[in-house]
Amino acid sequence: MNKQTPLVELKDIHISFGGIKAVDHVSVELYPGEVAGLLGHNGAGKSTLIKVLSGAYKADGGEIFINGEKATINNPRDARAYNIETIYQTLALADNLDAASNLFLGREIMTPFGMVDDDAMEAETRKIMQRLNPNFTAFSAPVSSLSGGQRQSVAIARAVYFNARILIMDEPTAALGPQETQMVAELINQLKSEGIGIFLISHDIHDVMELCDRVSVMKNGKLVGTQKVADVTDDEILAMIILGKNPKKKAPA
Amino acid sequence: MFQSGVFEKNRYIMKSKLGKFITNLGIDVRLLGMIGALIALWVMFDFLTGGRFLTPRNLFNLSVQTASVAVMATGMVFVIVTRHIDLSVGSLLGFVGMVMGTLQLHYLPSLVGPGHWSIWIITVMAGISIGAMVGAFQGWIIGYLTVPAFIVTLGGLLVWRGAAWWVTTGQTVSPLDATFNLLGGGSAGTLGATLSWALGLAATLAAVAIMLASRAKKIKHGFDVKPKWAEFTMGGIVVALILGFVYLMNSYPLPRRAAERYAQANGLEIPPDGLFISHGIAIPVVILLVVAVLMSIIANRTRFGRYIFATGGNPDAADLSGINTRMLTVKVFALMGALTAIAAVIASARLQSVGNDLGTIDELRVIAAAVIGGTALSGGFGTIQGAVLGAVIMQSLQSGMAMVGVDAPLQSIVVGTVLILAVWIDIIYRKRAGV
Repeated sequence: MNKQTPLVELKDIHISFGGIKAVDHVSVELYPGEVAGLLGHNGAGKSTLIKVLSGAYKADGGEIFINGEKATINNPRDARAYNIETIYQTLALADNLDAASNLFLGREIMTPFGMVDDDAMEAETRKIMQRLNPNFTAFSAPVSSLSGGQRQSVAIARAVYFNARILIMDEPTAALGPQETQMVAELINQLKSEGIGIFLISHDIHDVMELCDRVSVMKNGKLVGTQKVADVTDDEILAMIILGKNPKKKAPA
Repeated sequence: MFQSGVFEKNRYIMKSKLGKFITNLGIDVRLLGMIGALIALWVMFDFLTGGRFLTPRNLFNLSVQTASVAVMATGMVFVIVTRHIDLSVGSLLGFVGMVMGTLQLHYLPSLVGPGHWSIWIITVMAGISIGAMVGAFQGWIIGYLTVPAFIVTLGGLLVWRGAAWWVTTGQTVSPLDATFNLLGGGSAGTLGATLSWALGLAATLAAVAIMLASRAKKIKHGFDVKPKWAEFTMGGIVVALILGFVYLMNSYPLPRRAAERYAQANGLEIPPDGLFISHGIAIPVVILLVVAVLMSIIANRTRFGRYIFATGGNPDAADLSGINTRMLTVKVFALMGALTAIAAVIASARLQSVGNDLGTIDELRVIAAAVIGGTALSGGFGTIQGAVLGAVIMQSLQSGMAMVGVDAPLQSIVVGTVLILAVWIDIIYRKRAGV
């Protein structure tokens, strides 16, 4: 149906750790302006698969295409060069540093004399936080002293600030209260409308049914199937997760 | 950042008026506590020695004795912040010192001529290069071969002490080059009164300029700034400290003989009531100040420094942010090695000879200085000024006890106890401050 070139195409990715096939020949696609969900139990291989795209792991085999062109991603820096941004489940924040230092970690704003420009970075952080989470005021505190939601907004700001075209969100709402979850949902819809492609990893079916356009289910490292959210029921998805059976053999793109 | 987080760190004492005053000034409470401890220590020793401790002469000696360990402690901050440790610095100091001694005594005189002006420069350059290379090698084993730093540098402690012996098969190297010896701060190795004042004034101007520039920049970005009175108070304290230190060092005259030699060399007449010629700031102390300023800039104003603290706070996050943490480890240990070599220059020049035991147990004094100075062994936290202050506290404790006449075994017991106590207090402070 969709004749567009996929923004991301992961083809036949496999990776194993000491004999265990964490990801077993899985292929998934992501289109611009789409939210693609990745569902599965803990240990199903969804985080591992996505870490191949974000550069944290190197696949044993398989290919990655970005905008139809073959991409080589050996480390997180390569991924960032392709405008791939990741919000990790662990948030990946340096707890001893403040929000601005975390937001710009690895991509600091420098003064003409080659020094890090903390004031400029704080000013930029204030701007983006004004948009994402206006209640955020603890700009000079180490992030360890922030609440779960505030920490999450720092991690999200980091991904959004650098004009991501491909956004990976690993359990973005796991540690959040209802209000903050709502905030993330609104953000996802906003980013989607800007044409950004989002991979959303979750084990919460309701999250996925609400936010995603398509959903891929994984079990024991294998892809069970990919379905349009509109075409399946909660129970059918649940069956895929638990039984590993695809209710409709054909997976429309 | 880790230092501008002061406002939050201080929040638990903000209830009191004094707390609010301190917060307004923007001083780190921890640093303030250390300064308080140091002053208490000094006053106590001055009382116990009947006023011999707080004299220009003793404080001058204290500053010279502190320099070598303090230089290394600034590097140890980075090592410990990245969750590593370096137990090899004492032995490495001995090894580099031995190589530098041999080079200037046995090799360079025949190469460039005896007493040639370039001997000390070549020696120092060679020493720093060797120190950096040894450090980088150890860092490579730690970062890329992932052998724990504790093991690698414990091995290094034995290896480099043995290697130092090997250089001269245990013989002491002496005498060293005359110019080189000035770097150790003997009675000739000082700046003298005029240069000391010049340095003090330059430092004062620089400090004020930096404060003004920082304030202007914050206002430009529309951030809150400290009240004007707080800015003036802080500026006043800094200026008073700098100029007070210069005045103190200038109040210590050369001994009579040295003064007479100086007078003869400069064609001065000696007045009947003796000649007052100031020591001024010792050259090793100048080296320490330059190192401390550069290391502070690296820590707070460069990418390298930012990555050191990020890696210490969360190595995985640093990795995922695209920081090459393995290479960072190599660089941190190379820097530690280079600073160890600078400390070796100071230590050997001060003794004007290199014995086989040079730098023995310095690794423990360096680690203790960094830790007393607020560097957390769990990684992520530590400051350069804290480590330098930690070194001063350690040295004050040792010199003071020696002056009072405490037995050597008891000295060790006290220093060991103080170290544990300091870390315990630090842990309580961190828990209360929530960092």
